[in-house]
Amino acid sequence: MSAIDCVAAARSNDRPTAVDYITRIFGDSFIELHGDRRFADDKAVIGGIAELNGMPVTVIGLEKGRNLKERMERNFGSAHPEGYRKALRLMKQAEKFHRPVICFVDTSGAYCGIGAEERGQGQAIAENLMEMMTLKTPILSILIGEGGSGGALALAVADEVWMLENAIYSVISPEGCASILWKDASKTAEASECLKLTSQDLFKLGVIERIIREPKTVDSIMFDSLKNLIAQTFEKIGAADTETLLERRYSRFRKF
Amino acid sequence: MNTSDIFNFLKPKNELEKQGEEVENRPYIPDELWVKCPVCKTPVLSSDLAENNKVCPKCGYHFRIGARQRIEMTADEGSFVEFDANMTSTNIIDFPDYTRKLKNAKLNSGENESVITGLARIGGCETVLAVMNSQFMMGSMGTVTGEKITRAFEYATEKSLPVVIFTVSGGARMQEGILSLMQMAKTSGAVKRHSDAGLLYITVLTDPTCGGVTASFAMEGDIIISEPKALIAFAGPRVIEQTIRQKLPKDFQTAEFVLEKGFIDAVVPRGEMREVLTKLLRLHGSEVKTEEAGENECD
Repeated sequence: MSAIDCVAAARSNDRPTAVDYITRIFGDSFIELHGDRRFADDKAVIGGIAELNGMPVTVIGLEKGRNLKERMERNFGSAHPEGYRKALRLMKQAEKFHRPVICFVDTSGAYCGIGAEERGQGQAIAENLMEMMTLKTPILSILIGEGGSGGALALAVADEVWMLENAIYSVISPEGCASILWKDASKTAEASECLKLTSQDLFKLGVIERIIREPKTVDSIMFDSLKNLIAQTFEKIGAADTETLLERRYSRFRKF
Repeated sequence: MNTSDIFNFLKPKNELEKQGEEVENRPYIPDELWVKCPVCKTPVLSSDLAENNKVCPKCGYHFRIGARQRIEMTADEGSFVEFDANMTSTNIIDFPDYTRKLKNAKLNSGENESVITGLARIGGCETVLAVMNSQFMMGSMGTVTGEKITRAFEYATEKSLPVVIFTVSGGARMQEGILSLMQMAKTSGAVKRHSDAGLLYITVLTDPTCGGVTASFAMEGDIIISEPKALIAFAGPRVIEQTIRQKLPKDFQTAEFVLEKGFIDAVVPRGEMREVLTKLLRLHGSEVKTEEAGENECD
């Protein structure tokens, strides 16, 4: 698949969103928790507690919505600062109760608008980057669709980062890149190639640990195997003492 | 939000339309005898402007200045010892035209990267100082920028020193793809370790501080100061206007606006910056190390 096809697949409306992953992997065990305790409840971020093979876990997702109505409600998965603060609140809660954290990332980017700037979008993301680096519990982030720049990274400072085969992860959208580089937003295909945003590229660059193969049609086999993989990984990561865990997380990002 | 979109609004519209290399290469302060203030349009004698720290004597507009000049204004004379001066970027993801852009940036700025880091004394207080440079690809953050800042923090943590950073940046450097995004996490990790060691970090935001730099180390200081009227943003005004198709309020995203919203501690004019930094460093227990500083103490 070419890079631009990958971009289209990553953005496709037919693609499972964070809610699908949560439902299919955690079933009825998921209890949603709301709000950042400071300003509002940002619906672009869904979070709560669930059970993974009997183990309590904190689950956080950037949610785009599955139909037009939901997409409007969810602001198309573009979070405001309160969304990132809600995510951080739930991560701190996970740390307190020694639960691992799993993040499903799917966003074209942090929202850019007046309110987002007024309430400190940059500060909110920066705080997540800092705090996640030393959160004393295992973190796993899975890019399931679009990984748009800082807005995606704010949920992806993790011990391992995985990507769905056709997901993308980039510092800038191909459209934005093309319009800066060639003053022509239509040259997205070229820009997509240049940015090295596919799961294959990112694996080669060492930015992700694992690529999750996507079947032609999404089936329960994919979710079941993903569930097992997540459980095994938490067992593996969680075996290290906290100091080792944090040292490894620091080194993971220090190498770039 | 795409952290590099913001490059565009940093240039005036007519310059954007020209889109030529000559625009990129044009120095910020022309060497002519007279300079016209871009805000109040008053012609100012270049020598007067230089004497006034490159601040317009009429309206107080803070002209953008280079990193070397900033260090000269901030650090005690002769105290600055540079770290990693020869570290330089390469075209790591083979991005079109990046090699040439880097070469031009080096020629244009006379520097190897968009940040200069080192050890300095400010009012006699020993501190790690990092100064970003708008003349190098609009201070964009590439892997070497991130590496130099991370090393500066790691050095400061090891030696129990405070860190002062002057930021100026359009954001992450698109030409290094995802690896420039990773610098946000890398630098934030180093800031966190420095912070957890109980050490002081002061950021001074200068015009403009945007995108991935705002969303990482610029906003992570214990104390965040800004120069007057500096543009401080995550998403730049043009990107926002394009997104929401609405005119933005006047003074939106200026230092004064961000101060009012509660995201920075103080707006400090350039002429007072050194004194304010000195005070803060001393209040956090920095030892005064030079004879010169000893004299200052009797002030």
